[in-house]
Amino acid sequence: MALPFFKSAEIEPPADIEAASLRSDRFRLEREVDWQRLEQIVTALEKGRPKRISDEDLLDLPVLYRKTASSLAVARETSLDAATLSYLEALVRRAWFQIYGPRIGLFGWLHRFFGGGWSTSVREIWLDICISFAVMVAGTAVGWLLVARDQDWFYALVPGEMASGRVPGADPAVLEESLAQTENAEGLSMFAAYLFSNNTGVTIMAFALGFAFGIPTLLLLVYNTALLGAMLWVFADAGLGMDFVGWLSVHGTTELGAIMLGGAAGLHVGRTMAFPGERSILAAMQDAGVRAAQVMAGCTIMLIVAGLLEGYARQLVGDTSSRLAIGGGMLLFWIVYFAFVRRPPEHDV
Amino acid sequence: MNAALGMMRGEPGKRDRMLITPEGLALPLTVGSRGNRAGALLLDLTFILIGVIVFFALLGAIGIGVLDLDAGTNANPVLELIVVLIILFMFLARYGYFLWFELGPRGATPGKRLLGLRVAARDGGRLTAEMVIARNLVRDIEVFIPLFFLLGGGGEAGVAGLAAFFWLAVFVLFPFFNKDALRAGDLVAGTWVVEAQSAKLKEAMSLAPDRSTDYRFGDEELSVYGEHELQVLEKVLRQDQPEALRDVADAITGKIGWQLGRGDEREFLEAFYAALRGHLESEMRFGKRKRDKHS
Repeated sequence: MALPFFKSAEIEPPADIEAASLRSDRFRLEREVDWQRLEQIVTALEKGRPKRISDEDLLDLPVLYRKTASSLAVARETSLDAATLSYLEALVRRAWFQIYGPRIGLFGWLHRFFGGGWSTSVREIWLDICISFAVMVAGTAVGWLLVARDQDWFYALVPGEMASGRVPGADPAVLEESLAQTENAEGLSMFAAYLFSNNTGVTIMAFALGFAFGIPTLLLLVYNTALLGAMLWVFADAGLGMDFVGWLSVHGTTELGAIMLGGAAGLHVGRTMAFPGERSILAAMQDAGVRAAQVMAGCTIMLIVAGLLEGYARQLVGDTSSRLAIGGGMLLFWIVYFAFVRRPPEHDV
Repeated sequence: MNAALGMMRGEPGKRDRMLITPEGLALPLTVGSRGNRAGALLLDLTFILIGVIVFFALLGAIGIGVLDLDAGTNANPVLELIVVLIILFMFLARYGYFLWFELGPRGATPGKRLLGLRVAARDGGRLTAEMVIARNLVRDIEVFIPLFFLLGGGGEAGVAGLAAFFWLAVFVLFPFFNKDALRAGDLVAGTWVVEAQSAKLKEAMSLAPDRSTDYRFGDEELSVYGEHELQVLEKVLRQDQPEALRDVADAITGKIGWQLGRGDEREFLEAFYAALRGHLESEMRFGKRKRDKHS
């Protein structure tokens, strides 16, 4: 029981009920104490101070809510007091927002998210992930084949500033140098930050473009992986294929995974838009959107990890086998995480 | 739906909706206006900007200038930590701000709260954390990417830039093309933004001394007006402004053919209000409702 000092304003007992000449006013005066009790509880909840509510009030909350809701229903049919009706409507609405509001805060959500919410959503869009993966493999193959057949394709695919010397027929020494580690971590944080924002852009675009039935997402995935295929060919041509794969895999397994999931999330929304099934398109979209949002929230986290790996680990670890080990380890970690982490039972959260 | 809308007092406006709660109770809601929502967003962005400025000012106060970071010439581990902190902070400012506040008990960011708005589930059910996450992730495409796009001069990048501009415009202008002012994020998440005012319980009207013996009104006199007029009269009595009281009293006495001495307006109106409300409410109990004086 709270101390009297901390109690908010006392509820005034109603004026003499018999003094009211109208039946509807007597109805109101008989019940207004309950309404005001509910109002106090709701106000405390809104302010985020549920501890101020006494145990007794908390136990009565459902009863008070139902009483007030039924008062509103009765008042609508018997009373013409506009002020009381608006008060009741506002009160029931506020109570409804509290009772049907979000049950968990940001930290509670994060806990559930990492503890299985994310991996469950990822497993739920497995079909879209398969499509996304197939498209990315196809994109890489296309990039490789195009450049292998006609090297001019490389210049069409890869923007000049991105290539920075890594072009077909370049001196293997130049290529090897671009894969080398840096001696110290100088300026790498900035680099990591830059990479992160860049990659997030691509992933979020892949998701956002899903709204147009997923087709732009597919194009974006094909284009970005074609770039990768083209670059891969250049290095393979110079006999550095394995080194390039190692260089890329450090962060690439995480980053490409994130792009794949982002694309899959976009496809999921787009596919639902095109084929909503037996539900209305809005209901289907909502379902898909909520699921895709979970996956996307996870993608951003993967991209942070990828940015750190790319900025630090890749530049500090030099030899190809260690790089492959890091990349492979990350890949294994993600697969195990997505495949085996189950959502905890509802009552735990 | 129409029957439910009929329950609303006064004319249902363009933004009024009826929401059926899981208890089966029809609750009137008002969809937040687009102007208010844009205003709330601007307020929130301002708060974020102020937060960022304060953050950098604090960094500056402890001796780390932004310029030092740009130079990045020495691999000072403390500096690296600060950079990581900055990245995290910017990330939180972009995503955490909206999520944190909309997941709170008010379901609204400070900007929304100031303008009396909040987020709710469109179907009347529970607003889940996933819904809030979904609507805020899509915000990225609707607000931040267009913002960066414009700031980064993306519009000058030729045909691709133009295409991107139109694509982004679709998202930015989305709320103008549906009646609930849903943005793409609301659509995907199954939420909407509604007005969330609270109201104070005002005094009961019939507690004033009973004057039904001084002023007697016959059925004829009471059947002149309907519910709409009664509620106008209620408003006038609650506001209690002498000129308004006199005007209304004159109008009523003119209509029912009474003469009224100066100074008795409030007394007369209270008596008339109580009599009219008693009359209309007793009719109501028999299922007869009179919406206004014309019906």
